[in-house]
Amino acid sequence: MELNSNSPTGPIETRWERHRFNLKLVNPANKRKYNIIVVGSGLAGGSAAASLAELGYNVDCFCFQDSPRRAHSIAAQGGINAAKNYHNDGDSIYRLFYDTVKGGDFRARESNVHRLAGISLNIIDQCVAQGVPFAREYSGYLDNRSFGGAQVSRTFYARGQTGQQLLLGAYQALERQIGMGAVKMFPRTEMLDLIVVDGRARGIVTRNLITGTIESHFSDAVVLGTGGYGNVYYLSTNAKGCNATAIWRAHKRGALFANPCFTQIHPTCIPVSGEYQSKLTLMSESLRNDGRVWVPTTKRDKRVPSQIPEAERDYFLERKYPSFGNLVPRDVASRNAKAVCDEGRGVGESGLAVYLDFRDAIERLGASVIKERYGNLFDMYNRITGEDPYKEAMRIYPAMHYTMGGLWVDYNLMSNVPGLYVIGEANFSDHGANRLGASALMQGLADGYFVLPNTIGDYLASNKLEKVDSSHAAAREAESSVHAVTRKLLDAKGTRSVDSYHRELGKIMWEHCGMARNAEGLKQALALIPPLREQYWSDVKVLGAGEELNQSLEKAGRVADFFELAELMCRDALDRNESCGGHFREEYQTPEGEAARDDENFAYAAAWGFQGVGQPPVLHKEPLTFEYVHPSQRSYK
Amino acid sequence: MKIILHIWRQRNCKDKGKMTRYEVPNVNQEMSFLEMLDVLNEDLILKNEEPVAFDHDCREGICGTCGCMVNGMAHGPLPGTTLCQLHMRHFKEGDELYLEPWRAAAFPVVKDLVVDRSAFDRIIAAGGYISVATGSAPDGNAVLVPKENAECSMDAAACIGCGACVAMCPNASAALFTGAKIAHLGLLPQGQPERDQRAIAMVAQARQELFGSCTNIGECEAVCPKEIKLEVIARMNGDFIRASLTGR
Repeated sequence: MELNSNSPTGPIETRWERHRFNLKLVNPANKRKYNIIVVGSGLAGGSAAASLAELGYNVDCFCFQDSPRRAHSIAAQGGINAAKNYHNDGDSIYRLFYDTVKGGDFRARESNVHRLAGISLNIIDQCVAQGVPFAREYSGYLDNRSFGGAQVSRTFYARGQTGQQLLLGAYQALERQIGMGAVKMFPRTEMLDLIVVDGRARGIVTRNLITGTIESHFSDAVVLGTGGYGNVYYLSTNAKGCNATAIWRAHKRGALFANPCFTQIHPTCIPVSGEYQSKLTLMSESLRNDGRVWVPTTKRDKRVPSQIPEAERDYFLERKYPSFGNLVPRDVASRNAKAVCDEGRGVGESGLAVYLDFRDAIERLGASVIKERYGNLFDMYNRITGEDPYKEAMRIYPAMHYTMGGLWVDYNLMSNVPGLYVIGEANFSDHGANRLGASALMQGLADGYFVLPNTIGDYLASNKLEKVDSSHAAAREAESSVHAVTRKLLDAKGTRSVDSYHRELGKIMWEHCGMARNAEGLKQALALIPPLREQYWSDVKVLGAGEELNQSLEKAGRVADFFELAELMCRDALDRNESCGGHFREEYQTPEGEAARDDENFAYAAAWGFQGVGQPPVLHKEPLTFEYVHPSQRSYK
Repeated sequence: MKIILHIWRQRNCKDKGKMTRYEVPNVNQEMSFLEMLDVLNEDLILKNEEPVAFDHDCREGICGTCGCMVNGMAHGPLPGTTLCQLHMRHFKEGDELYLEPWRAAAFPVVKDLVVDRSAFDRIIAAGGYISVATGSAPDGNAVLVPKENAECSMDAAACIGCGACVAMCPNASAALFTGAKIAHLGLLPQGQPERDQRAIAMVAQARQELFGSCTNIGECEAVCPKEIKLEVIARMNGDFIRASLTGR
């Protein structure tokens, strides 16, 4: 299959503007004749649903949570990037573009990234107008801070709750449209299949999580803003409900899945404390602005951190990366933490942690300034661990956090299935092999507020779409396949709970397809996953019925999809014989232990086509060309 | 340590429901409250008993999904803490805990500890926003916001919509929730044009949803996991009265 990215050519600064001009428009009076389904109500889905309704389209919006305000975007802490250059420190759209392409280790599409950097300016304006209470200077002007992977201050923030405030902005815009009748909201409703009619996405099959009713919904286009798939690993910083079901079932209906092995490990999370652990808690990496990361110079040093003298501390990031220091990108920080722990210099009970120390910052700035900047994060740490970070260094360890991979989309954010759009973390588009801090919020909102509302009209205006309803064979087939899966899970009546299988899968993935990977381990994972998946289907134990609120059944369907996706992730990781960004293959590293890319053979997006469960998928390659930012060895020294 | 739980079990909104006693042996100090419920549920599944349904998602205290009454206190005994952030080190061997869903006419029980809080969404839909269509905003620094206003606005905007305030209030009033949104937007210059209309519409919607009136008891503030202050209710009342009197 020829993958056409529909990427404009010519001067990069004007690509989006020229492209937009060439898109067909839908007459304002005709917009109300079109129905659009938006699945997901986070920053991407929520902002898209609201913006599409403002334009005049009929929108149906779905989320599995009890309210659209609870999507996991809400948990983002640190901030959102925008190239405003309010600080006169040399920032520009081009610099944000450059940083993002370089930070992504040259595995993103230049056209998309430049558009994202340009739109970043509009996002801040829009959010301020909505009443997002961004941090302010005493003068009343917007405040900024710096963030990992950047040398300018371009991150806008609302205390440590930036994601919450941006999401509430989008949610309020969405509720306004719901109140006016322009959006019909379906909370506690989960998408379980995509309805494809004559090769086009025309609807979805859902399950009402309260009543268990399975039904079809139809539309002229379907938009997925359903987030990432980090929960494949069981333990991650994602919310418990985050899942890949919507994108995975769309993949099984023909949508290509791109770069599934590009996953991001976040360096500053609270370490695991025991087997019962249900999730990992992230603490914003803005902490690395003032906190210093270190481990003792000697192995298994059991003294309390404040008792360890300066000479016996190894500030390993500052030592190895003098120019970026503690602010190196996430993948570099995470791998270095793992390396010192592998040497036996890790701290805490498990030895799987490093210190993040504010002693010097408190001395320099005073506890009150630190409290103002990070108070809520310190409180959170204290609540979870029972320790006081104002007195003793925190212990942190990397955890699974974000997935750069996702469904393949073109420049218009449309997948290879016409009429199926994918936005936010659910697509693969803008972050390459590694995402910079404070860029996820930026991408979600750019896609939802500004890109999709412009591009979707071109598809609607260019195609004549016949009416479809539940009598269509494709809809009946999709519905009955959803019924069959539900039945199969309930009828297995096996011996082990869904969670016990999920944990086991997560361990395999963390061990073999986690922070560092190698061919042998990946092959081992590929040998372990299929039999476990088979066993799951025959041995899983889901109590209760299908026609009621049944949280075990919800999980069971999601975990079934994680099994299949995990296999694809390992295949992709094994196939990509290079290291880039979050994908670190131990066989491919520079003499200094940094990721060694192979631009000659792997400068492409790997878009996989589904061929059946357990069948080898088909690889399609979208070549990546770099006209502006020339691939170089990333260096943060 | 061993913890004894009495949990409200109710199949669906029509079922009568009852308290059921469970024992959870081997509770670890470092577990969160919800992790203890996970352990109980895993155990129930193995015994062929249906697990307890409870709402939860982020488990970081920010999404507002979780929450139930623990011995009569919304989100349990620790101030400023959601149920998911409450850890078992705050309990001791043999403690008996009574877990019930939020109780309010406006929050019907869905199953066990799960309730329907969609009334909150309808209060926001009635006016909890600034009407600005995508694309029409001026530069972010075109409107200056005094730092103090931004901070106070943020204090109110921190509300996570969990419903603890309603559950704890003897009147099941949504005043703290509604007031928080009115204060968040009303403290900002961007929120001024719709301030009167917002107060009238949101207060009217809260009444329609069968939430009670506020009689200044203050239980809501005491249990709010985000420590939203009663001041927001004063602001709501002020805005509402002014808007009603001036007839705008």
